[in-house]
Amino acid sequence: MAKAKEQFATPKLADIPIIPAIAPDAMAHSRPFVAKPEHQEPLGFPGELVDNWKEKALDKMGEMLGKYRSLPVFLDACVKCGACTDKCHYYLGTADPKNMPVARQDLLRKVYRRYFTVAGKYFPKLVGAVDLSEDVIEDWYKYYHQCSECRRCSVYCPYGIDTAEITMAGREILDHIGIGQKYSNEIIAKVHKIGNNLGLPEPALANTLEGLEEEVQEDIEVDVKYPLDQEGAEVLLVTPSADFFAEPHVDGLIGYGKVFHQAGISWTLSSFASEAANFGIFIGNYENMQKVAMRIRQAALDLGVRRIVVGECGHAWRVAYSFWNTLIGPFDFLDPNYPVPQHVCEFTYDLINKGALKFDKEANDDKVVTFHDSCNVSRASRMGDMPGGQFMIPRALLKASCNHYVDMSPDTIHENTFCCGGGGGLLTDDLLELRVKGAVPRMEALKKVIDEDGVTHMAAICAICKSQFTKVLPYYGMGMDMIVSVHQLVGDALVIGTEH
Amino acid sequence: MSVLTAIFALLFYTATVILVAGLVAKIRQYARTPAPLKIPTTPAPTTRGGVVARLFREVVFFESLFKGSKWSWLFGWLFHFGLLVVLVRHLRYFTEPIWFVAALAQDIGVYLGFVMLLGLLGLLARRSLVDRLRYISAPSDYLMLVLLIAIGGTGLLMKYVARTDIVAVKAFFLGLMRFDWQPLPVDALLLIHLALVVVLMIIFPFSKLLHVPGLFFSPTRNQADDPRERRHLAPWAAKLDATRTAGN
Repeated sequence: MAKAKEQFATPKLADIPIIPAIAPDAMAHSRPFVAKPEHQEPLGFPGELVDNWKEKALDKMGEMLGKYRSLPVFLDACVKCGACTDKCHYYLGTADPKNMPVARQDLLRKVYRRYFTVAGKYFPKLVGAVDLSEDVIEDWYKYYHQCSECRRCSVYCPYGIDTAEITMAGREILDHIGIGQKYSNEIIAKVHKIGNNLGLPEPALANTLEGLEEEVQEDIEVDVKYPLDQEGAEVLLVTPSADFFAEPHVDGLIGYGKVFHQAGISWTLSSFASEAANFGIFIGNYENMQKVAMRIRQAALDLGVRRIVVGECGHAWRVAYSFWNTLIGPFDFLDPNYPVPQHVCEFTYDLINKGALKFDKEANDDKVVTFHDSCNVSRASRMGDMPGGQFMIPRALLKASCNHYVDMSPDTIHENTFCCGGGGGLLTDDLLELRVKGAVPRMEALKKVIDEDGVTHMAAICAICKSQFTKVLPYYGMGMDMIVSVHQLVGDALVIGTEH
Repeated sequence: MSVLTAIFALLFYTATVILVAGLVAKIRQYARTPAPLKIPTTPAPTTRGGVVARLFREVVFFESLFKGSKWSWLFGWLFHFGLLVVLVRHLRYFTEPIWFVAALAQDIGVYLGFVMLLGLLGLLARRSLVDRLRYISAPSDYLMLVLLIAIGGTGLLMKYVARTDIVAVKAFFLGLMRFDWQPLPVDALLLIHLALVVVLMIIFPFSKLLHVPGLFFSPTRNQADDPRERRHLAPWAAKLDATRTAGN
């Protein structure tokens, strides 16, 4: 495999964030590896660029305009007010004007106007409409892979135009003419075949979980179980497969196990549905997203569980919370006394409220902790029973487990949060420059609390955020082990072994 | 009956038909196109009542824009509020006896004509001065502002500089509505003002002015955050229920 060239300078972090002047084509060289036929075909897409790509692309656009109301509304309604132009972390980090949300939308909008609107058919120059050409396709491929679908722009848009919807549509059209992105499509194919993003088969998974049990046994001398395929368990836990291997993800998984153990609630993982992540959302393809999610419905039915809990993963929580009921519901076979699905943070929070868990916060006294709100949790889903519960509940867990907690500046948290820079199917080394530069706004906010409040750790509840920060923190002179799982801190402070 | 009167009468009929038919067609398209997935931008209201309140705040206060850009919000809001009151004030030319709301707007309306212009000039300045906005602007984006400024400007000129025969203008519009045409005064400012209004009415359903109906159909704003409680299913997605399967 070709190695991504690392010929870029890491941006300098500003003390006061600035809006850069536009630098046209600053990221015109950023282009992820294209999917090969073996990554495309299992997803139902043509293996390579089809001959009649122009006709196919326009047909697909027309079809989607009739299936997704967001498209005609968002493409028509934009007045170019500019409110979104300084909101995207990729624009702030790269200054490439095509990374301004409205300009990214315009890549699709100008073609929509040309072929689907009266104004663009008869007065293309006047309204900025253009013919669909190879250059346009090339721009789509490049710049729809410089959007992490984080929805930050949609918070500030007076009409709620969500660039993520446009990016997804762009990728869907590209996939249907045979130009898919290798990283996402290869992973989806792996899930269809094996059940998780890593391509981890059942024996390897069982082995890993046994190893975890031994590790925890050695560490705290308690027999915490990490069960797999246990029929009749109360709870099916579905978590991103990175939790089985990657650091600091696995410490989160260890933490979930401790919570289940201490609460005395039987639970299981599934080797068939060993993945919470669902990259089907990233490529905007309903059928693939549904097929990936169906594994979980199937596993819940096969194992006869009463509840489904989802581990720490941002986009997975969006798919689970917002889309599962639509894609793989109804869940009439599960216990109606609990939300379906339930986030592991909701699960733990609920136990704390019931007095089922005790914490020794001093276990985390060596840390000053802050929290990175993940975009899909913040702006595309919820926890608890009131709007904004997704901000309150993870912080409540951190405050229950740590004595020293501080928030980053208000315009970088809650619904204003900045993407880590690696979401939306961009967590691949062939996009490293984009990832490093896209992390700028978050790094600036983090650096501020490090300097002013002595923050030592940033907790997150997203597998992609955790991997991305592990990779990019060192570029900014910060330690890669600063990033931790929320349930690692929970697990470390949890008092285990006393009566339930 | 002059040729001029006939031309303007026909222009207004045509423009009205295009405006109404165009908007109805667009609204029908938006209403008939399903939103297959729950995509409200959260935190979002969890009830229909909450959604109505959210849309009310968006329409009346431009809540999201306020979070996004204070300058755009200020100029944008001044323009829209000014336009609203000016439009209400103009209803006096279409109602006999004058509708009481239009009468209420009589005095304040002329001042808000200036407020409206101020907002438009602010938006134009922002569009031409900020590099990011220049980059995203097509000719039509500038022309739309110029058109509105010209309409507002000619209106104010008629009020303060060269007054037109407003009684005759009112007779013309009442006549139009009753299909009993009355002569339109021959007055350059008035004719320019009316011609530009006709242009605005005609381009409305084909331009970014579709943000007006669009906002109400925007799924990120008009959906309640209740996906766990209610199964949301578009007709085309419901058909997939029968054939859905997990991987191999």
